[in-house]
Parts: sequence; structure tokens; C-alpha cells
Amino acid sequence: MEIKVLGSGCAKCNQLEEATKQAVARAGIDAQIEKVTDVVQIMGYGVMTTPALVVDGRVRVAGRVPSVEDIAALLTRE
Amino acid sequence: MDPFYPLQLLSDWLTYSVLGLAPTSQLGMSVDFFLFDVPKVLILLAVVIFFVAIIRSFFPPEKTRKVLSHTRLFGGNIAAALLGIVTPFCSCSAVPLFIGFVESGVPLGVTFSFLVASPMINEVAIILLWGLFGWKITLLYIVSGLFIAITSGIIIGKLGLESWVEEYVYQIRVGDAGELAEQTWPEKFAYARGYVAEIVGKVWPYVVVGIGLGAVMHGYIPNDFLVQYAGPNNPFAVPLAVLVGVPLYSNAAGVIPLVSVLVEKGMAMGTVLAFMMAVVGLSLPEAIILRKVLKPKLIAVYFGINAVGIVAIGYLFNLVLR
Repeated sequence: MEIKVLGSGCAKCNQLEEATKQAVARAGIDAQIEKVTDVVQIMGYGVMTTPALVVDGRVRVAGRVPSVEDIAALLTRE
Repeated sequence: MDPFYPLQLLSDWLTYSVLGLAPTSQLGMSVDFFLFDVPKVLILLAVVIFFVAIIRSFFPPEKTRKVLSHTRLFGGNIAAALLGIVTPFCSCSAVPLFIGFVESGVPLGVTFSFLVASPMINEVAIILLWGLFGWKITLLYIVSGLFIAITSGIIIGKLGLESWVEEYVYQIRVGDAGELAEQTWPEKFAYARGYVAEIVGKVWPYVVVGIGLGAVMHGYIPNDFLVQYAGPNNPFAVPLAVLVGVPLYSNAAGVIPLVSVLVEKGMAMGTVLAFMMAVVGLSLPEAIILRKVLKPKLIAVYFGINAVGIVAIGYLFNLVLR
């Protein structure tokens, strides 16, 4: 699974990255987490509010930081 | 009945019975003011922000963009200013938001109406105004803010300043995020709770310090002390208030309680409104962030039109609200 955290470096973006790492560990999923900070690349996903979470090329969350449980549930559903 | 009346009884009891201060003493007046206003403002903040967060979850920026794309001047500006109030976005999202709007066909002037209204008519400012000045002044503030957002957007649209946007903005290909799943109610409540904790956690020290300073002034400075300096008859008070307000951006939560006392001591209401609009609506951090997408000339125009509008509103209300 390929996970991308989109964000231009605000505090919430780091929170989302941290929460995603914990969620991956909790759900026991084999996933690569990458952080995308370039605005042009972020816009390529059609996202307007950061932070955003992209799973296997699809935008799943934008503009908020869900709880670790919610992210884990979202990832296991994939 | 005033819902905060029990709180007044409690603060009176603490001040005059428990602490034994005289109701007419300067210290007694200050302590009573502080003990009443701090819990009142924090309760208001928590309750109203919770509902604001719920309302906002229905207006994600992606939806707002869809509504505003292919709108025209005037109608589009009015819609953008109104949507600016309810669409959540923090200043760190200003750049992607701007690009997303422009790329999906939202006219530049309409985008600016949104960018002006969104910070100016913000929930913390509105709650503090409502709690400390009452609903009339709050309504006046919202209507003036909308007016400035709409007119400044129309002016920027009419001037045709598209070439003052950084060229790369027009070359970006915006992808399609697809349909994001609508948040469920438990998710909305979780989001709202988190939002309350975040905002209240961030602003409470400013509220306490602001009200603390206000309390001291309330008790120790004679009423009408400021009339000669900042009353309606000093023509320089309004522009000066705007100049002082711009750098105070992040401290709106501390500034507004302080200002409520300035009014009590004789500052003119129009000057106060102009000051608060400058604090909340004109921020240097936002200008610096927007520099990524706007050429300096356009930032100057944006700031200039807003500043002139705010000063004009200040003078107008100083004339009308005597």
C-alpha cells in the first residue's frame, strides 16, 4: 500500500503524518508513507485544504486530522 | 433574561463576600469584572465554536469552489463573501485554496472577495464581539466586513489584474480529487470537539491576559478618559487605529476584550470597529503566504483597498453612531 501525506509544512500536517504512522502500525499493514510538501504536486491531487491523505493514488481525507482509529479503519477497508 | 446572570451572581459573591472587597472600590470593580468576563467568554467560545464546526463540515472548500466557478462579478462576489464566512480554512491553506479557485474558473475578483471575508468574519472575533458588545455591534461588524469583501473583490475584478498573479499558477494542472466521502455524524462531532479543544487551547491565555488588562483599566481609569484622544472628534484616530491593528493579527482574542474597555472609557465606536477589522482582516502573515502566488503589486493593491475600506467604515460609523 502506498500512502502519501500532503501538506506544506503546517503543524497539522505533521500531526497527520504521525497519526498515519501509528495507524499503519496498529492495523499491521505493509505500507510506505511518503510526505509531499510541494504545492504543485499537492495541487495535482486536486486537494485545496491541507493536510490531506492519499491512499494508492486516491484522496481519502482533506483538511482535517482524523483520529488514529479512524485512519486505521480507513486503511483496513482498502 | 441574560443567560450569564448566574455567572454575575457568582462573581459578585466571590468578589464581595468571599474576598470581602467593597463594590465601590477600584480593586473590587476590577476583580468582579475579571471573574465575570473570563468564564463568560470561554464558555461562549466553547459552545459557539462547536456549532460553527458542525455547520462548517457541510461546506468543504471543494464544494465552495464548485459553486463559485463560472460565476460573474457582483453576484459571484456576494456569494464568495458569504461562503467565506462558513468555509473552513487556515492561513496555511491559503495558497492551495487560491490556486484551486483560480484554476477551476473562479474569477480573480470573486476569489479575492472570498479571501477578504474569510479571515475578517471569523468565529472568534464574532463571539468576542457578541459577548462583550452585544448583537447590534456584532451585526454591524459582519455587514461591514461583507461590504468590504464584496466591494474590494469587485474593484480588483474590474481592474483586470490577472497578470499580477505569478505565471506558474496558470500552468498548474489541478487534478480531480473525486468525490470525498461525506463525513458521518460521529465524525462531525469528533471534528467539532477537536476544533473546540484546538481553538480554546490556543486562545485562552490571550483571553485571560486581555481581560486582565481590561479589568485593571475598568477599575482604575476614569470613564470618558479617552474621549479627548480617541473620541469621535479626533480625525486621526481611525487611520491610527488601523495602523496599530495590522501587526496584532494573531492576538485578536486578547485585543477584543481590551477594546471593550476602551469603548467604556470613551473610544468612538467607529474607531473600535475599524481597529478590530484591521486586527482580524489585515494580517502580515497572510500577505507573506500569498506572496507565493501574487506579485507584490497585487498584494499592495489588496492591502490598500482593504485598508481604505476599513478606514471609511470607521469614519462612517463615527458619524452615524453618535
